[in-house]
Amino acid sequence: MPVAQKSYDEVEQRFGVSRREFLTFCTGIAATMGLPAAAAAQVAEALVKKERPSVIWIHGQECTGNSESLLRAEHPTLEKLILDIISLDYHETLFAAAGHQAEAARLAAMEKNKGKYLMVVEGSIPMKDGGIYSKTAGKTSLELVRETAAGAAAIVAMGSCASWGGMPSAGPNPTGAVGVGEALGRTVMTIPGCPPSPYNFLAAVVHFLTFNKLPPMDAKGRPLFAYSRLIHENCERRAHFDAGRFALEFGDEGHRKGYCLYKLGCKGPETYANCPAVLYGDVGCASWPVGTGHPCIGCSEQGIGFSKPIHALADLKNQWPPAGFPRVADEQGTGPNLGGVAAVSAAVGAAVGAGVVLTRRISNQESGAGNSANSQE
Amino acid sequence: MTVNRRDFLRGGLGGAAAVTACATLGVDPAEARGNLTVPENAIGFLYDSTLCIGCKACQSACKTANELPFEDNTGTGLWDTPLDLSGKTYTVIKMYQNGTSEHKDKAVDGFAHLKRQCLHCIDPSCVSVCPVQAMRKDPVTGVVSYDADACIGCRYCVAGCPFGVPQFQYDTPFPRIAKCQFCKHILAKGGIPACAQHCPTGATLFGSYKALTAEIERRKAMKPGQPNLFPRRTVDSGDTHERPAAEYTEQVYGDKEMGGTQVRYLAGVPFDKFGMPVGLPERSYASVSETMQHSLYGGLIAPAIVLAGLAAAAWRGARELHHDEDGHE
Repeated sequence: MPVAQKSYDEVEQRFGVSRREFLTFCTGIAATMGLPAAAAAQVAEALVKKERPSVIWIHGQECTGNSESLLRAEHPTLEKLILDIISLDYHETLFAAAGHQAEAARLAAMEKNKGKYLMVVEGSIPMKDGGIYSKTAGKTSLELVRETAAGAAAIVAMGSCASWGGMPSAGPNPTGAVGVGEALGRTVMTIPGCPPSPYNFLAAVVHFLTFNKLPPMDAKGRPLFAYSRLIHENCERRAHFDAGRFALEFGDEGHRKGYCLYKLGCKGPETYANCPAVLYGDVGCASWPVGTGHPCIGCSEQGIGFSKPIHALADLKNQWPPAGFPRVADEQGTGPNLGGVAAVSAAVGAAVGAGVVLTRRISNQESGAGNSANSQE
Repeated sequence: MTVNRRDFLRGGLGGAAAVTACATLGVDPAEARGNLTVPENAIGFLYDSTLCIGCKACQSACKTANELPFEDNTGTGLWDTPLDLSGKTYTVIKMYQNGTSEHKDKAVDGFAHLKRQCLHCIDPSCVSVCPVQAMRKDPVTGVVSYDADACIGCRYCVAGCPFGVPQFQYDTPFPRIAKCQFCKHILAKGGIPACAQHCPTGATLFGSYKALTAEIERRKAMKPGQPNLFPRRTVDSGDTHERPAAEYTEQVYGDKEMGGTQVRYLAGVPFDKFGMPVGLPERSYASVSETMQHSLYGGLIAPAIVLAGLAAAAWRGARELHHDEDGHE
């Protein structure tokens, strides 16, 4: 559906970007989500026409790396767009307001957009000792997310900490940190990663804006467009893995040649994320951990990142059945086909017929010979 | 000459009795050949199924090191996809699957990998049956190797191997026997076999037979679930990685089978599930058949008796024939 020229003019004014840049962005976002090209028009229309959804962004135990990741994105105008597509009504670290003023803004936004606002949580929620280890405005993180979640249209857990506990939950987990989904006891959309690619978050939000629902997710709440495949499957070094060419230590010949980092502890084979496909930081080729020569640490994967030693070997998830392995007893050949059976039958029939004729002739000859012998006598 | 049925059967029985008598009486217990023993400085592999991640780097490295062609069984022409050992494949990673295939190294609802290759028997049947010594066991390393120049293509080794390892190249005009030879060309240059060199987890581990025996004992003593260090490439390489120990089955495959093999296996799934022959005798087939053969032909006594019997029968038959002819005249 074409968007009227007038709307584009508005976009130009509002976002300070050209129409071309804006449409390029919409197409890119649609592509990130694996949507068909036509969806770009829908995305554009939604961004232009719809009312910006109110977003309340809450921090728990974390380093604000997810917000930083979002702001550091070098994609043209992304920063502007993310702040203009959504109405960021409450964000503890980006807010100009402080103290009671900030708290009042949150309550006002909750009241005004009840049942419609998007709640984004960044950071884990401490559960031990009544959750006293993380407090904002005198309230524990748990109280804050419970209060805010009550009227939220959708909840997004941004980063590994909010998704499943992340680094604060690493053993011995002194604060009893858990992800926001577990803290609230409900399924939320998770964008794990430390930090996650900003495009995964942005695409999910734009999907929500365009289609009024969150994108399809897996059992852990991860959007399938970004987290349905292992890093190993799209890795640029995969061919080296398959050929058994491994870097054995940092700086050795294999490492300099760009060989597979599995032996250095790469967790790509057990980590679901789209890092090798979308990369990081918009600086071009190879701008992701494995591309720069460091093994993946599995930062987005619960039970891998921050729990398995960085240089411990990964298990191979995509080698689980049904992967391409010969079974213990594999059938070979294709079984009989009609033509083959017919040919063999014809040959057998011909042989039997010839045999019968031959036998008859021999017996005839023998009886003939017997007759002649008799006649001689 | 006419031999009636009664005489024929009598002669046959007599011959059989002579052979049996030689076989039983002629066997000197001192001459019975026992299993061969492992050479002092023998080398070998330990394949630990619980460490194998199924990356097939060994398969790929083996083909490169031995200049083997790729094998396409999927019809795509893209990937090397051998289904089993073949004239083009010395080693292959096979998979056991059961039920939902969720748990690694579990027999029920689990899966596990197994590397098929030559086991390099301590007392190999293929060497025993080879009529021209094309199959030989190195007296120092114990590696069972193949000499294509000596081979006459009889395929006794193919039939004789209890593990189904040697493969005949049926599809070439100048066929050879295809079989792992422990990368002897790399060993000669001081290297280690390609599969062990490339295995990223140390599932295929190279080392001396004795050191691997100690390593097997160490692994069997590990407490399942507890983190342990596992060496890679060679047992004493110092290149280790840490991971929780798996729960092994009781059997160490190749420890006793057919008098033992220099390639031994540890796994979390019983070996019959992998299609490996289990319940093989501890006495090697080679020692049984060689004892029998050497007894029968020992000192050429048995053949001499059989020859004498045949000569007697022939003489008697000839005499009867002459007698008949005389009578007729």
